[in-house]
Amino acid sequence: MNAPSLNAALPDEPPDGPPKAQAAKKPPSMAAGRVRRVAARLGTLFASLFIALTMAFALGRLSGDPTANILGPTAPPDQREALRQQLGLDRPLLTQYFDYIKGVFTGDLGESLQFYQSNTTMIFDRVPYTLQLVAGGMAVAILIGVPLGVLAATREGTWWDRAASTVALLGQSVPVFWLGMMFVVLFAVKLGWLPAGQSGTPKHLILPALTMSLYPMAHIARLTRASMSEALGEPFIDSARARGISRARVVWRHAFKNALMPVLTIVVLQTGILLSGAVAIEYVYSWPGLGQLALQAVQFRDFPLVQAIVVFGAVVFVCLNLIVDVIHSVVDPRVR
Amino acid sequence: MAEMLEKEASAGDGRGLPTPDNAPVLVVDGLVVEHRNRTTGEVFRAVDGVSLRIAAGESAAVVGESGSGKTTLAMAATGLGPRGEGDVRLLGHSLATLGRRRLRALRREVQIVFQDPHGSLDSRQSVRSGLKELRGLQRERTSWIDDAGLLERVRLSPDLLDRYPHQLSGGQAQRVCIARALLMRPRLIVADEPTSGLDVSVQADVLELLREVRETTGAALLMISHDLAVVRSVCDSVHVMQRGRVVESGPCETVFTDPADGYTRELLAAMPGARWRARR
Amino acid sequence: MSQIELEPLTQGDAPEARKGRRSRTSVFWLSVPLVVIAALVFILPITGLLPEGGQDLSNTRLPPAFLDGGTWAHPLGTDKRGQDILTQLVTSGRLTIMIGLVGALVAIGPGVLIGLVAGYFRGWADKVISILIDAQLALPFILIALAIISNRGSSLPILFLVLALTGWAACARVTRSTTMAIRERQFVLGLRAVGASEARIVFRHVLPNLAGTIVALGTLQVGTAILVESALSFLGLGVVPPKSSWGSMLASGQDELSQAWWIAFFPGLAITVLVLLVNLLGDALLTHHDPRKRRR
Repeated sequence: MNAPSLNAALPDEPPDGPPKAQAAKKPPSMAAGRVRRVAARLGTLFASLFIALTMAFALGRLSGDPTANILGPTAPPDQREALRQQLGLDRPLLTQYFDYIKGVFTGDLGESLQFYQSNTTMIFDRVPYTLQLVAGGMAVAILIGVPLGVLAATREGTWWDRAASTVALLGQSVPVFWLGMMFVVLFAVKLGWLPAGQSGTPKHLILPALTMSLYPMAHIARLTRASMSEALGEPFIDSARARGISRARVVWRHAFKNALMPVLTIVVLQTGILLSGAVAIEYVYSWPGLGQLALQAVQFRDFPLVQAIVVFGAVVFVCLNLIVDVIHSVVDPRVR
Repeated sequence: MAEMLEKEASAGDGRGLPTPDNAPVLVVDGLVVEHRNRTTGEVFRAVDGVSLRIAAGESAAVVGESGSGKTTLAMAATGLGPRGEGDVRLLGHSLATLGRRRLRALRREVQIVFQDPHGSLDSRQSVRSGLKELRGLQRERTSWIDDAGLLERVRLSPDLLDRYPHQLSGGQAQRVCIARALLMRPRLIVADEPTSGLDVSVQADVLELLREVRETTGAALLMISHDLAVVRSVCDSVHVMQRGRVVESGPCETVFTDPADGYTRELLAAMPGARWRARR
Repeated sequence: MSQIELEPLTQGDAPEARKGRRSRTSVFWLSVPLVVIAALVFILPITGLLPEGGQDLSNTRLPPAFLDGGTWAHPLGTDKRGQDILTQLVTSGRLTIMIGLVGALVAIGPGVLIGLVAGYFRGWADKVISILIDAQLALPFILIALAIISNRGSSLPILFLVLALTGWAACARVTRSTTMAIRERQFVLGLRAVGASEARIVFRHVLPNLAGTIVALGTLQVGTAILVESALSFLGLGVVPPKSSWGSMLASGQDELSQAWWIAFFPGLAITVLVLLVNLLGDALLTHHDPRKRRR
């Protein structure tokens, strides 16, 4: 499922990454400033995580009696009461909350209502499949998106640029799962080249990964174009050219190096967004990943499992944000 | 004409906040303003122990290069920027002790003309609706003149009333800003680099207008500028600022012909055209 | 006059004006097809030109007219119950467009208000809101959707709640940064100097200056809302029968892929075209209103 956030439309605004422009101006306090900044960033991330966890809890408990949803509105009251006790819903809300937070930090995310298994185990059983999909999709996205963006930036204003930009915008406008369905029709049903669904062999991975790659590819291409054309407009490019360095070298060694940072950021952050996309795509291809599990959980109203997946997703996303921050401070000399 | 205007101006004096007679319009005493960099926590002292006073009807200038703290000083002195430490008294009222409501009332006695005339006008508002809004805020105070008359005062055709800021030239926009300040009949006009955003050809006209406004309304003028020639043609006294401190003050003529401080001499030497322009 | 600081030369604004005009014409030409689509969707059912929409079990899974076996009585073919695809497309389009518009409004409204407060008043409110925005953006939207829908079931109000919860943060962030830039403009200081109240400055001056950005954001959000809706409906978590949207048509086409691919093909194509047009328009509006981008 693709959610073209508004950031997608504003490619030259670095997404959630640290504010790199606010690097300290004066040398003596730079180290102290860096420590402060990292601390502030960590604080924000943990606050985010905490709010996300609380939201997941609140959405599960405060929006009505889950037992009515699970058993249906006609279930007899004593049956519902039994289920409430089984789920621990009869305890005070605050106690439930603290148990839940404690569970998150000890890796205990409760037990599924439909599978009678530990949620944590089930999630980690599915993670490798989704990971294959995400990794494959991201690899394709980078391999196509980056050259596409560079092509557009170096030929700014030409037909190439317009074509690349249109393709990128198209990639953000198409419901990718629908494209996946059409891939199935074309490559599996009509041509019979590739399997339509399930998993197992590398052949099975091709279509889902290709589908998965589309949205991040579009985003990466747009961002590469924006930051490359910005880098190409900077004075050091002209001075490099003036010193007799070849155009290709200037483009790849100088401009591209400068454009790398925002692209790297978006690659990592998009990995998190791909988890969203995984749900619909896994459904189209019957891919046994995390997204399918989430869908099954929702269809069965298995709210402990839904909550567990939400928590897992939030933790993953916060970790990805942390990785972005680390990359920034390692690669960008201004932040260092 | 001048006489009539003077009468109008003095009629407004009784309104607003009660003002002790003959109090200086602005007194700044030992002002210190610091900026803190949010991410690094560094503290930068923009204004470092500045004192100055401006009497009613007087025109004073603060000069210095960019980053010397001139604008921070002006913002603190008018109660629009960070207040800082030290005492600022506007028309005899200490800003630190005033409540929000009284501070707002007092601010109307001070009007500011900024460097970027287009930035100081709301681009979504025509000249007329902008003036109308000002009138709505201060009905009695602004009833002394109609829109056409006001524009005439700043040498603009009333045809411009229905234009939007982007349809005005820089000089025209700056005149509109001066007209808006004038409408409020302030006791003090603060002009922050009023001409440096303008084409050279219209700078002199705007300066001439400021000089005339001061003479006809009796408002005091505090001019912030890096341009000594501008200062010399409009102001009576001058304060030279360097890195947050006032290094030299005095009447314009004295400071310019016989600078006591090394930095002032540097400033003067840096502009070969200054003398020639001032004499013209 | 001699200057210590180097003042920027006054730029001739002719190229700027030309670019502004160009982006205005492109905004116009991009809205034309959108208006046409909306008109078709809302007017065609009244004209009686559409094929009968009812079930026809003798004509199930008819291919589109341009393929072998197709007939012009059903230009885009029929589904497994013999219902005409074109008719379904038009009638479902109404709900899809409505969800796109309302879904954008429910995200833009709170988003703009929250961003405005954070960007204008700064201080602790800004700190709290910024953390909330970060937290919101840290949660992949599907997780929020799943959490809510697993608990409340799927219905239109719940769909709008999901769209609001998942869309406000991005709007709030852009509004916040734009407001911060407007706040620093000198006319705000000038208004304070004449004693204008903060409420007046915010609602009479900052908000009108934000209008262009808000319209652009709102347009892009329409595209987002339609995509989110289609995905949720496809999974059976958004629009569910008897209501029908392009997304729910995709869901019913999923099982027929091997026999009648056109059932899923046309609604998906419709979504793609509509969202692409909306995104192009939103981009053009954004360029038109963002002076930083216009300069490029």
